[in-house]
Amino acid sequence: MQTELWNDAAGGFHPASAPDFLPAERLKEVQLRRLRAVVSRAYEYVPLFRQRLEARGLTPDAIGELADIAKLPFTIKTDLRDTYPFGLFASPMGDIVRLHASSGTTGKPIVVGYTREDVDVWAEVMARTFAACGLHRGDIVQNAFGYGLFTGGLGAHYGAEALGATVIPVSGGNTERQLMVLRDFGVSALCCTPSYFVHLIERAKEAGVDLKGLPLRVGVFGAEPWSDAMRVHIEANTALKAYDIYGLSEITGPGVASECAQQDGLHVFEDHFYPEIIDPETGASLPDGAEGELVLTTLSKKAMPMIRYRTRDITRIIAAPCACGRTLRRIERIGRRSDDMIIIRGVNVFPSQVEAALLQVEGALPHYRIILTRKSGLDQMAVEVEVTPEVFSDKVGALEAVRARLAQAIEQICGIRVDLRLVEPRTIERSEGKAKRVIDQRAI
Amino acid sequence: MKLQQLSLFLENRPGRLGAPLEAIAAAGINLMTLSLADTAQFGILRLIVREWEQARQVLEDAGWVVNLTEVVAVDLLDRPGGLAQALKVLESAGLNIEYLYAFSLRRGDKAILIFRFDDPDQAITVLKAAGLHVVDAEELFSHVA
Repeated sequence: MQTELWNDAAGGFHPASAPDFLPAERLKEVQLRRLRAVVSRAYEYVPLFRQRLEARGLTPDAIGELADIAKLPFTIKTDLRDTYPFGLFASPMGDIVRLHASSGTTGKPIVVGYTREDVDVWAEVMARTFAACGLHRGDIVQNAFGYGLFTGGLGAHYGAEALGATVIPVSGGNTERQLMVLRDFGVSALCCTPSYFVHLIERAKEAGVDLKGLPLRVGVFGAEPWSDAMRVHIEANTALKAYDIYGLSEITGPGVASECAQQDGLHVFEDHFYPEIIDPETGASLPDGAEGELVLTTLSKKAMPMIRYRTRDITRIIAAPCACGRTLRRIERIGRRSDDMIIIRGVNVFPSQVEAALLQVEGALPHYRIILTRKSGLDQMAVEVEVTPEVFSDKVGALEAVRARLAQAIEQICGIRVDLRLVEPRTIERSEGKAKRVIDQRAI
Repeated sequence: MKLQQLSLFLENRPGRLGAPLEAIAAAGINLMTLSLADTAQFGILRLIVREWEQARQVLEDAGWVVNLTEVVAVDLLDRPGGLAQALKVLESAGLNIEYLYAFSLRRGDKAILIFRFDDPDQAITVLKAAGLHVVDAEELFSHVA
C-alpha cells in the first residue's frame, strides 16, 4: 500500500501541514500536554535542569497552565558549552541516532543530539516549512545548505524527502556545479543562505545562465538574517519567490519557523517549539506584539529538551490571523540580536571569539575591529589589528608571521577564513564606553 | 661600531610615508638614509639618523610604533665585485644577513652599505678580520656636512 504523500483533496496542502491549521484552543491543549511532558523529562534526566528547579523550590507539577512556563529558569548558550559535549542529553547514547555541532562562543562547539523521534519531528517541521513555501511532491529541490555538522544541509534534505519532493544534495559551495545543476536538472526550488544565492545570481550572469528562463520558482533562504532589500534584489533578478525560514541547532536546526505565501512574518511551528518574548535586560515576559528577545521551548524533543532557551534574536510575536489560514502565531523577520553575534555565510561569529584568538597570539588584547563586506554576494570578514610594540619587528618575515598566526588563530576559533590586516597604531577609532568593534558594510 | 636603526610600521596606502618623515624634519633632524621594505599590505620604514634618540621620541610621541635595531655599516670599494667580496667573507663565516641596503652617501671610490645581522657583534669581528672597514657612527656622521 502506498502512503499518501500529498493530498489534493486537502486543498493542495500536504497532510503534514495539518497541525498548521489547528484551532487555537486545540493547539493550546497540545502545547500544555507536551510542555508538562518535556519539563518532567528534563527534570528527570538532565541534572542541570533539575538543580535549577530545586533551587527555586519547583517541581514539574508547577506547570498547571501554559503561562506557568514563566516560572521556569532560562537555558542559555553557555549552558551547552559548560556541559560539553553531552551534558544536557536526556536520552541514553543508545537512543541517540544523530549528532550535530555548531560553533560556540569560545571555540568549543555546541553539540546537539537527536533520537529517532527527534529526527522524524525535524523532518516533519521541515516538510511543513517547504509546504508553507509552496512546495510539494514533484518539485525538484536543490539543497545548497552545507551537509555535515551544520544542521542546514541534512535538515532541509530530510524535510524535502518527507514532503515527497526530489532532493538534490549538492551541499554548499562549488558555484560552477551549482549553476550546472540549476540549469540542467529542472530545479524548481533552491535552498541556501540568502547571501550565497545573491552570489549565485552574479555568477549566473557572468556565465550567461538566464535564471528567469529556468523553472526555478521558489527560494528557501535561512541560516542568516537578511533584509527586505535583499529579497527585492533576489526577486527582481530571478523568477522565484524568496522565503525566509528560521531555526537554530540548539532547538532543532532549520524548521523552527517559516514564512508562508504571504511573506509577512514567519509562522512558528509552535506545536513543537513554544515561543515567548522577553525583555532581554530583565528577563520579564512580554505580551504578544511587544519587541524583545525570542525564547523557545522544545515541546517534543527527546534527546535534548531545551527549556526556555534564550535565542538572543530580537523580534516580536504577531498573534493576528494570517491570510494563509494558518493558526500558528508568527514572528517578525529577525533583524538584530541582543548580543553581538554576527553571522557570516551561515557561520556564527562573536567578537569575543576574535578577541580570544588575538589574545592567544599576542598575549595582550590589541585594538582591533571587524569589517564585514559583501563581494559579489559573498560575505567577507576582515579583521584590522593595530600593530603593537610587542609584535612589531624591522623584519618583514617576522611581521608576516605574526599576521599569519593571527589569521590562523581566528580561523581556528571562529571556523571562518578572515582577511587579516595589520594597521598603524591609533588608527582604529576609540569611543567612550563600548567600542564599535564591528563595522557592517554589507549591502544587498 | 654598531649603528642604531629606527624602524616603523606603515600601512601600504598612499601618503603614509610622508607623515613620519615630516615629523622628523619638523624636529630639525637630518635623515642620513632610509630603506623601505613593503608587502602588498604593509611596509616597514627603516631610518638612520644621527639623533636617533630624539627621532625615536618624536615618532613615538606622534603615535608610531618604533623598533630599535643595531645594524652595521661597511665601507666597500665602489667597483665590480666590491659587495661580492664582503658577502663571501660573511658566507664563509656562516653569518646570516637579514637584509641590507645602500647608504646614500659615497666617499670617493667607496660605497657604504648597511647590514642587518642576527649577530652584529660577530659580524663586525669577521668583517674586520677580513680587512673590511666597518664604519662607526662618529665616522659616518662626520662625513655629513
